[in-house]
Amino acid sequence: MEFLIYLILILAAATIWQIMRVVELSNDLKGNDPNKVTENDNRMNGVLMITFISVMFIWVIWQLFEYGSRTLPRAASEEGQRIDDLMNFNWYIVIAVFFLTNGALFLMAYKYYGRDKSKSAYITHNNKLEMLWTGVPAVVLAVIIFWGITLWNDVTQSEISKDVRRVEVYSKQFNWVARYSGADKELGKASFRYISATNELGLDSTDQHAQDDIVVGELYLPVNEDVNLVFRSQDVIHSAFLPHFRAQMNTVPGMQTNFKFKPTITTADMRKDPDVVGHIAEVNAIRKAKGEKPIVFDYWLLCNKICGASHWNMKMKVVIVSRKEYDIWLAGQKTFGGAKTAPVTAEASGKEKTDTIK
Amino acid sequence: MGTAHHEHHDLHAQDLGKEHAHDDHHHDDHHHHEESFITKYVFSMDHKTISRQFLITAVIMAVIGMMMSILFRLQLAWPGEKFAIANALLGDKWAPEGILDPNMYMGLVTIHGTIMVFMVLTGGLSGTFSNLLIPYQIGARDMASGFLNMLSYWFFFASSLFMVMGMFVEGGPASGGWTVYPPLSALPQAMPGSGLGMTLWLVSMSLFIVSSLLGGLNYIITVLNMRTKGMKMTRLPLTIWAFFVTAILGVLSFPVLFSAALLLIFDRSFGTSFYLSEIYIDGHALDNMGGSPILFQHLFWFLGHPEVYIIILPALGLTSEIISVNARKPIFGYRAMVTSILAIGFLSFIVWGHHMYITGMNPFLGSVFVFTTLLIAIPSAVKAFNYITTLWKGNIQFTPGMMFAIGLVSTFVTGGVTGIILADSALDIPLHDTYFVVAHFHIVMGLSAILGMIAGVYHWFPKLFLRQMNKNMGYIHFWLTFIAAYGVFFPMHFLGLSGVPRRYYTNTAFPIFDNLQDINEVVTWFAILGAFAQVIFLFNFFYSMFRGPKSPQNPYGANTLEWTTPMAHTHGNWPGAIPEVHRWPYDYSKPGAEKDFIPQTVPLAEGEEDGGGH
Ligand code: HEM
Ligand SMILES: [Cu+2]
Ligand SMILES: [Cu+2]
Repeated sequence: MEFLIYLILILAAATIWQIMRVVELSNDLKGNDPNKVTENDNRMNGVLMITFISVMFIWVIWQLFEYGSRTLPRAASEEGQRIDDLMNFNWYIVIAVFFLTNGALFLMAYKYYGRDKSKSAYITHNNKLEMLWTGVPAVVLAVIIFWGITLWNDVTQSEISKDVRRVEVYSKQFNWVARYSGADKELGKASFRYISATNELGLDSTDQHAQDDIVVGELYLPVNEDVNLVFRSQDVIHSAFLPHFRAQMNTVPGMQTNFKFKPTITTADMRKDPDVVGHIAEVNAIRKAKGEKPIVFDYWLLCNKICGASHWNMKMKVVIVSRKEYDIWLAGQKTFGGAKTAPVTAEASGKEKTDTIK
Repeated sequence: MGTAHHEHHDLHAQDLGKEHAHDDHHHDDHHHHEESFITKYVFSMDHKTISRQFLITAVIMAVIGMMMSILFRLQLAWPGEKFAIANALLGDKWAPEGILDPNMYMGLVTIHGTIMVFMVLTGGLSGTFSNLLIPYQIGARDMASGFLNMLSYWFFFASSLFMVMGMFVEGGPASGGWTVYPPLSALPQAMPGSGLGMTLWLVSMSLFIVSSLLGGLNYIITVLNMRTKGMKMTRLPLTIWAFFVTAILGVLSFPVLFSAALLLIFDRSFGTSFYLSEIYIDGHALDNMGGSPILFQHLFWFLGHPEVYIIILPALGLTSEIISVNARKPIFGYRAMVTSILAIGFLSFIVWGHHMYITGMNPFLGSVFVFTTLLIAIPSAVKAFNYITTLWKGNIQFTPGMMFAIGLVSTFVTGGVTGIILADSALDIPLHDTYFVVAHFHIVMGLSAILGMIAGVYHWFPKLFLRQMNKNMGYIHFWLTFIAAYGVFFPMHFLGLSGVPRRYYTNTAFPIFDNLQDINEVVTWFAILGAFAQVIFLFNFFYSMFRGPKSPQNPYGANTLEWTTPMAHTHGNWPGAIPEVHRWPYDYSKPGAEKDFIPQTVPLAEGEEDGGGH
């Protein structure tokens, strides 16, 4: 690869050098001031401007189809679907403005390239026009602002009822851990001071509620039920990013954050989604060519805040299942109390615990 | 006065004292105090020399920053492949056998970002052009304080030096991203780059802030106090308006960054807990309690957002001037342009929270920031439309500077529209910290400002180095750069929309991203093309500096005052009296005038109205 790059660079340099020499020579022959911009230069660059934007537009449209088809599949949560609706509305505006404004810019550049005999119009301003392009964006933006803020408030600020399931997602360099409340439906207390090899979340073993908590490395959630993910972080800031659910929240040491959403598509159903089937087929074709194992589709939680050398490899599988499967899964997990080898007390697990966390 | 006399004068009237700066008598009496090389080229207090010092330092830093981006782009396109160049540049420790080390990847990304944002597009851009053009275009003999101005450069130089030095220390450079969020940046246990490398980063930034404040205060005072007779604020070229507002933004926001950095230094070295609380790391529970990492983000972005306008406004200012001159047409809507600059300047202080929608900041605040952020789109849109209308019915002279200026307008629009999406907090949820953001900010800020800066270099090269750059090389440079620019950053939008996070050493941990690898390869090929194009520029730049053809005094037929000074580095700028200004700077192709430009020094004719008014 590297050799190829150098080869191409050398060839490119040689070509440019040749072109330059021809151009300079012909200039010398004509005895022109070499740096005076001529009508020829203007015409050439004007034509190149309009050519550039035409090719660019075609390339952008190609990308919208080719790369656009590889973007995330339909949102797998209720909130995500609403976010996508607003996103699509914004896209119409953004794409229209992109094409119209860039089109106008390069069209002007082409149409009014300098001719020796022409002269510019003397136009200093036009209040009507300027009102127009202050007013129209203002109105469009007002719609976007209103819709955007309404949605934001619904997603982040709606009252969360007591019955909504709370699941803790805990981050540390460089993996994620999930914690479920047990039969008492309440997450036990925890503190960073209690962290030890057998207690990576620092649960307070004197707290009754902690005993039946379940600590696992995968995030199982029942479909069509609200879940309130509450986040803590052990060391630095991470970010819990669930792209398929259009959900994301930073996890901050010393602070609890949360994100509530309602998954709407089980992992099994998503695997049958035509979009996803196509995507996975594409991926597996590429993997096969490289001699790697094929994959099946899964939801993932990624770390999305720079957090150290293995930031790129900090992930947790997310599995959306029916309520029944969820209950069975949860019942099959060991509880904190049960999994404990020796009782950890607040005094015993203090600062002297060292170098065990991994 | 004959030319010979002028030459003589230019060479010897170097040490014009402060008391001479304002008086209008002709300096026919020669000063024969010779200047040493040191005071003339090194510790110079002359705004033109300082401008060149800033520019050349920035060019060197830009080359370093660009090399870094190529190194990490190679890794992203072909992860795990061996590149001899990586090993040659970084050594066995950081690129064993030519494979980039993950910690060094983070370090390169961080220093690349910091260098580009601060050294190149803040120090380099404002330092070069505010210094060059403020005295020239307002009709002043120099900056208000040449001494502080000189200090400003040398602090900048030291700052650049420390930033580069960070690359060579044990543990590598700062690697927590250019935003250096604690606790990551505060704890050496969290990553090796948070040790000595981070200390050097903080030293470098502190020096940078001092440089920036010294420069900024000087620019503000100079613009307010030292305008020549007749140069009303409403007759200032848009370049000066942009530099002026930029300087105000800097003076108001950099001290806040300084306090953020200072508290971080305390947390790192003196055991305080401003940003730290309840942390267990490397097998230890830390004692720090009660701090808030979010506090740092508020302080950082209180500078950070104005900072992006500190970067873009000067580029827009340069563009306004270049587009008007080369369209041979007045800038469209001068007053709207000034109002937009002021509006952007004001609004830029109340939008910082849009970087923090999903940090755990109170979501109600999020709504407020959505509102203010989207408001800023209005003055920005006005500027873009006004540029386009300036071209309308013009007679466009495609100088290389003009081409880059048009390129800026294009990228400003293309990057600006995706800002509408990111400003919407709800839409930022799935896009924050993905490649969509990388695409957005590179196009709207990185590309626009770099294109604007290059436009300025081509356009004012005659005032910087008295010579001209080669036009044809300029054209090739423009087209390759512009194609590469879109080629690198446009496809990144789709990576982000596919859920690819930024600051990832490789995407191989997520097989679901495997079908995006070809996009990453395309991006890297374009990055290589872009870097190649800059080699052409560098050659043209350094060659023309010494061997380019001498420039005529007013090569573009422009109206502003810098073109009334002789093509020589005259200390005090005008050998004779400072010219008086009689009109706005945009009288191009005015009906009834004999030429297609009327310099600001030409008195208004009987009954002639000054332009720009309503
Ligand atoms: C040679 C052209 C350039 C290329 C190929 C390039 C590419 C990149 C890439 C791939 C990243 C890393 C993204 C990530 O992993 O998060 C990055 C980061 C960054 N770049 Fe550039 N860039 C270029 C020029 C510029 C310019 C002109 C600026 C000026 C604003 C700039 C500013 C930044 C910043 C602020 C970051 C973020 C650093 C961080 O994450 O801490 N870049 N660049
Ligand atoms: Cu992480
Ligand atoms: Cu901002």
